[in-house]
Amino acid sequence: MILKALSEAIGISTYEDDVRKLIIQHIKDHVDSVHIDAIGNLLTTKSGADAENSPRLLLAAHMDEVGFMVSGFDNDGLIKFTNIGGIDARILPALRVKVGTKHIQGVIIWTPTHLNRDQKTVSIKNLRIDIGAKDKEQVKGNVSLGDPIAFDSQFMEIGEQVLRGKAFDDRAGCAALVDVIQGEAFPGDMIAAFTVQEEVGTRGSKVIARKWKPDVAIILECTPVHDVPDPLEDPDNPNDYNPSAHLGDGPVLTVMDRTMIANPKLLNFAKTVAEDLGIPYQLKMRRGGGTDAGSVQLTNGGVPSLVVSVPARYVHSPAALMRRDDYENTVKLVRAIAQRITLEDVRW
Amino acid sequence: MGFDLKEHLRTLSEAHAPSGHEAPMRAILRDLWGAWVDDFEQDKLGSLIAIKRATDANNNNTTRRIMIAAHMDEIGLMVRDIVDGFIYVHRISGVDNRVMLAQPVMIHGREAVPGIVASIAPHLSKNRNKYPGFDELVIDTGLPAEEVNRLVSIGDLITPDAKLIDLMGNKVAGKAMDDRASLAAISVCLDELSRLRHTWDVYMAATVQEETGLHGATTAAYHIAPDVAVAIDVGFGKQPGVDGDASFEVGHGPSLGMGPNFHRKLNAKLHEVARYHDIKIHDELLSGASGTDAWAIQIAHEGIPTALFSLPIRNMHSPVETIALKDIERVGRLLALFIASLDDDFLPSINWDELIDLKAKQADS
Repeated sequence: MILKALSEAIGISTYEDDVRKLIIQHIKDHVDSVHIDAIGNLLTTKSGADAENSPRLLLAAHMDEVGFMVSGFDNDGLIKFTNIGGIDARILPALRVKVGTKHIQGVIIWTPTHLNRDQKTVSIKNLRIDIGAKDKEQVKGNVSLGDPIAFDSQFMEIGEQVLRGKAFDDRAGCAALVDVIQGEAFPGDMIAAFTVQEEVGTRGSKVIARKWKPDVAIILECTPVHDVPDPLEDPDNPNDYNPSAHLGDGPVLTVMDRTMIANPKLLNFAKTVAEDLGIPYQLKMRRGGGTDAGSVQLTNGGVPSLVVSVPARYVHSPAALMRRDDYENTVKLVRAIAQRITLEDVRW
Repeated sequence: MGFDLKEHLRTLSEAHAPSGHEAPMRAILRDLWGAWVDDFEQDKLGSLIAIKRATDANNNNTTRRIMIAAHMDEIGLMVRDIVDGFIYVHRISGVDNRVMLAQPVMIHGREAVPGIVASIAPHLSKNRNKYPGFDELVIDTGLPAEEVNRLVSIGDLITPDAKLIDLMGNKVAGKAMDDRASLAAISVCLDELSRLRHTWDVYMAATVQEETGLHGATTAAYHIAPDVAVAIDVGFGKQPGVDGDASFEVGHGPSLGMGPNFHRKLNAKLHEVARYHDIKIHDELLSGASGTDAWAIQIAHEGIPTALFSLPIRNMHSPVETIALKDIERVGRLLALFIASLDDDFLPSINWDELIDLKAKQADS
């Protein structure tokens, strides 16, 4: 499964090189053109069977993942660092990381509990990475200011269904898009875009619709589900938080988030397709979070956009959990939408 | 050295054996140490005792015993409840709740099941400015509830799923260096001893339940009844947040504990051997309870001259305990050379009889 290689590849925002290379290898024999734009987006095209009468599709997933960047050095050889994208500071103590483009192994040091039991979350600027260097000179010989730092994490398959690893947000979307590209052509021309810098403000996707001007966009994402119980809550409390999405309930269609309100016509079309084919789906409505769709919908004169996501727990951590059936149903649903969509479906 | 120390340490570190459940370690050590020793015994709490008999008889044909102790248990968690497939836990001994979130763990149920330590999402948490306590953490396998119920039961053990990794400077990081690194030092000692001659019997004790109250050392010391004992444990390596006067640079040599837990004359002998062979060791002041096996061994039987070597590590009681292989070699080699130096005269040289003689003289006059 290509998701394993994609998950383990390291590609912090603006350092997506390894991911881009991996994707090109897997799609180059299945597309008509491959183009890398000025800021690093990987854009590919695949002609449709009935391009004249069908909408031109943009399918996009982002290549970058959250991580860290080297921000300074201490005299004793320890590394200062800062986060790239949103990371919960509570997961940092004693974490394993890979530093720089040579992926040097390091650990986030932590004062032993015997000596300090303060429970207040330590801010990232007060934490340090140890790669084993004995002093500043040695560390600077191996690591430079601004070097990317990634979670050190291996992909795992647990039982029939469970997939575990880092960077599912959005390598799960990338893997799904690769699967879609490797399949049959659609009636409409397809632009498949693998974007950069989503995690730092959906930067890459702001320009991907400019070159070929799509009629409709489908963003393939991996969205966090918050269905972990709070052990301190009374399980029967009716006021307890009720998560909008669950693991195993199928692909997630975004109704609204911080960056967009889904085009209702397009959203209804997607729901109808899913219901027709008996593909499970779930709806998600959050005031927080955003995706590349927020940028793409504002490009040119506007592009009707839809977000289809694989649900996962613990994205933005070294070990997200998702289910194979959710992933496969996401690919199936995206294919079906792309196959069936007509110009009528994307016009008001 | 006659073996690959790093691979040896990897096997020891990655073994899963929290306090009270050390059976996997006993099997591993019987395998790793088998070729170097003459015999194995076990005390009734489960400590494994590997015996290497003297290669030569001493002049008086007496049998003298030295005990070297390191604990084989590790800190861990235990399943306390399972709700909708999510596993709630108790900790076993000194696990730090602050390093748990997002850490991979292994649940030792009907079969080993990998899991992730989780809590409710940060934006839903009532207080994201503090680390979740064990009452707020859950372990998530991702498996359906019925599958979790089939595989996992209340009371099952949980340990970090943490492979050994290489850092620069011949250092490694991983779980349970406390105290498997000291067991690796015993391996170095046994390997060195295989090329040396000695007149004392050597009892290598891999003790159980150190983390829950030095229990295995208590019973193992009774079982062995040694004439002299040296415990090995980990100590605080220098790092930000740790008192510089009470910690030692990782890779710059082990420390020898000084204070009421330790026998001053025995310490002097160990220093002598270290100086003679140019092995770098430091003095570490431990003014009260050392919190190590040495504390229990010292008061076994009628009292035992006891010393303690500490291997400096960073990030103690986390899944990235960081140690230098060089320090492990130093302790192993020094102990082997010390053992080889023991003879008939050793015990008289560290006893306090000169004080009795003095009193006798005073009574006479």
